Amino acid sequence: MSQAATGHKAFKAQLTKYYSFYTGGFLVFLFALAAAEQMGMSRQWIGYWFLFATIGLYAGIGIMSRTVDAAEYYVAGRRVPAFFNGMATGADWMSAASFIGMAGTLYLTGFDGLAFVMGWTGGYCLVAFLLAPYLRKFGQFTIPDFLGERYGGNVVRSVGIFAAILCSFTYVVAQIYGVGLITSRFTGLEFGIGVFVGLGGILVCSFLGGMRAVTWTQVAQYIILIIAYMTPVVWLSVNITGNPVPQLAYGQVLQKVTEREKELTNDPKEIEVRGLFKQRAEALDTKINDLPASYEAEKAAVSKKLEDLIASSAPEEQVNAARAAVDAFPKSPEAAKAAWTAAKSTATAKSAPPRPHAQPFPGKDEAAQNIARNNFLGIVFCMMFGTAALPHILMRYYTTPSVRQARQSVFWSLFFIFLLYFTAPSLAVLAKYDVYHFLVGSSFADLPAWAANWARVDPTLLSITDMNKDGIVQLAEIVLGTDIIVLATPEIAGLPYVVSGLVAAGGLAAALSTADGLLLTIANALSHDLYYKMIDPHAPTGRRVSVSKALLLVVAFVAAYVTSLKPGDILFLVGAAFSLAASAFFPALVLGVFWRRANKWGAITGMVAGLGVCMYYMYTTYPFFGGVAANQWFHMNPISAGVFGVPVGIITIVVVSLLTPEPSKKVQELVDHVRYPHLRGDIDTQAA
Amino acid sequence: MELSEKHRQYWHKNLLVTAILLVIWFVVTFVEGWYARELNAFTFFGFPFGFYMSAQRSLIVYVVLIWFYARYMNALDMEYNVEEGEDE
Repeated sequence: MSQAATGHKAFKAQLTKYYSFYTGGFLVFLFALAAAEQMGMSRQWIGYWFLFATIGLYAGIGIMSRTVDAAEYYVAGRRVPAFFNGMATGADWMSAASFIGMAGTLYLTGFDGLAFVMGWTGGYCLVAFLLAPYLRKFGQFTIPDFLGERYGGNVVRSVGIFAAILCSFTYVVAQIYGVGLITSRFTGLEFGIGVFVGLGGILVCSFLGGMRAVTWTQVAQYIILIIAYMTPVVWLSVNITGNPVPQLAYGQVLQKVTEREKELTNDPKEIEVRGLFKQRAEALDTKINDLPASYEAEKAAVSKKLEDLIASSAPEEQVNAARAAVDAFPKSPEAAKAAWTAAKSTATAKSAPPRPHAQPFPGKDEAAQNIARNNFLGIVFCMMFGTAALPHILMRYYTTPSVRQARQSVFWSLFFIFLLYFTAPSLAVLAKYDVYHFLVGSSFADLPAWAANWARVDPTLLSITDMNKDGIVQLAEIVLGTDIIVLATPEIAGLPYVVSGLVAAGGLAAALSTADGLLLTIANALSHDLYYKMIDPHAPTGRRVSVSKALLLVVAFVAAYVTSLKPGDILFLVGAAFSLAASAFFPALVLGVFWRRANKWGAITGMVAGLGVCMYYMYTTYPFFGGVAANQWFHMNPISAGVFGVPVGIITIVVVSLLTPEPSKKVQELVDHVRYPHLRGDIDTQAA
Repeated sequence: MELSEKHRQYWHKNLLVTAILLVIWFVVTFVEGWYARELNAFTFFGFPFGFYMSAQRSLIVYVVLIWFYARYMNALDMEYNVEEGEDE
């Protein structure tokens, strides 16, 4: 056995030992806090302990892994064993949206939400078969590196840099938002301060040690997030089914939920409440049609109500509510139109009977159902191809010691990701069982404790209004936010508060780890690809790493600033990042390996065309940019723009490449080089 | 650097296994997804079958496919002498 091999083996054994101790230590920490809770530690202190202990831990790992060496900084020295790289990729991959939002999305949309579950796991098949081993053999630092070498020239590299920054930045804003939300909710700190505390945790890590620190922190974060996700679900499953394996047990529960859906659809009280929502939607519709005249009338009515209440010296809470209504009243007829349209669509949704959880593609007729099916498959397509094109994920496969381990590493990555996604559908059904059977039908005076708590803490997560004034909760009277399912599960399952703190720590780990990976990708694209490869190729290593660190700070603060503006629809941003990445990168990367004939002009035009079509489609169909649904092609939602971008990219590369001269002999040798893990007399592209 | 006949064979086998696995991936994802409504008429371990396929079974298939690919290709490297030096 060679010296290097012995070194790798010893390193792996050492890592296994460290992380076993770490996991043990974390469990001891949990039990200690649980004991402290029994002895009367307050909830706020438990929140602080989780926040500062975990961020302190990540910072500690960051400080221990600090480095100024280029290979260490950019690719963790290329000695991360497959198993650990799998965990790191898992944490890198699973964002706040996956951890906190996924089960809730499945709860609200039933079968249709599975598009994300399938897309975010099945995409790894493409990574494994088409990209990871070849990128590892190529063995440089970034994705634009590969494009630059394979196709030659700075134009391709520049398009790569632009696309990498575009999709990573869109994605990182969503993560920092998640960090701020969790920190503020569990410690009572303000949202803005929460963002900066979290940002501190992100920066200490990636700033000091680059990929090396981020990798070892992400492994630690994965362990926390998976313990945090599994504990409450297993407990809830035991409570409801008596079986500790929720993934097997929930079939029976799903049947009970389906029966209950039928009962609730025909229940007279439910029908009455749905009727009230229908009236409300119609009233709003009238108001919207009468704009702008109705704006002044409504405004006057709201003010008059407040004056009347003050004049008749009504109870203070009624006066306060009326005052809040005056303050919240839209500032202009345009704002009123937006607000009322949103309220109308909520009311219309609530006037429909509950959506059958297991039924795919609901719709009023065959045509509507087919459109729903096409959109389902469209989201699956974009999430999968986006997975196989997001630079922060592909970059991780540069860090394994060999091609062999890169292949195994994709398996471990998907395995660790699978553990969470395989569980989310069962959590959604178990929570639905609980809500449909115990929350629905309880009296307003005596709500289940978890519901009463969360409704008081945050009405956007859970609000229950007695529409028909019968004092009993009807299903149609409950409004749930997606995040409530994961956040409230510990309480639904009757677990102590320390488990709620654990879940928050898990969500924080998920958000921080993804943000770390993304920030690093952006900073590397700027420092390595733009500065070193294009502006100053003679820059010494030390300066390259310093430039990267400086840029990391700048990018982090710009991202935090954009986050503090609270840009609209986070879920759309995440979806958009996938569509953009798929359209820009997937065709050029895969054809670069599998089609020798693909050349520079094909790649440039293909990437620009793919990205262009994708952006154009979003621009003309997404309401935020002033787009309208009438511009849609084949009724595809804007989030699935990649369905058009990817094929356009592939066709353009093929056609343009065939019309222009074939690539040079040197490039063709590079293609052979990446196809074989080892060739005698081979060229060496690995960057040190 | 010249590629021998053996090298070409290696690459062809690689393409073949990649194609087969991608076909399975495509069927599991898109064909079954397309027919999810029809598949839901059956019941499997208490689950409506179409739901079960998308929520659970597809994910298991993905993991198995990647596991198989890594195993097969790492063995193929050895068989065709294109493996790297030992690393573990």
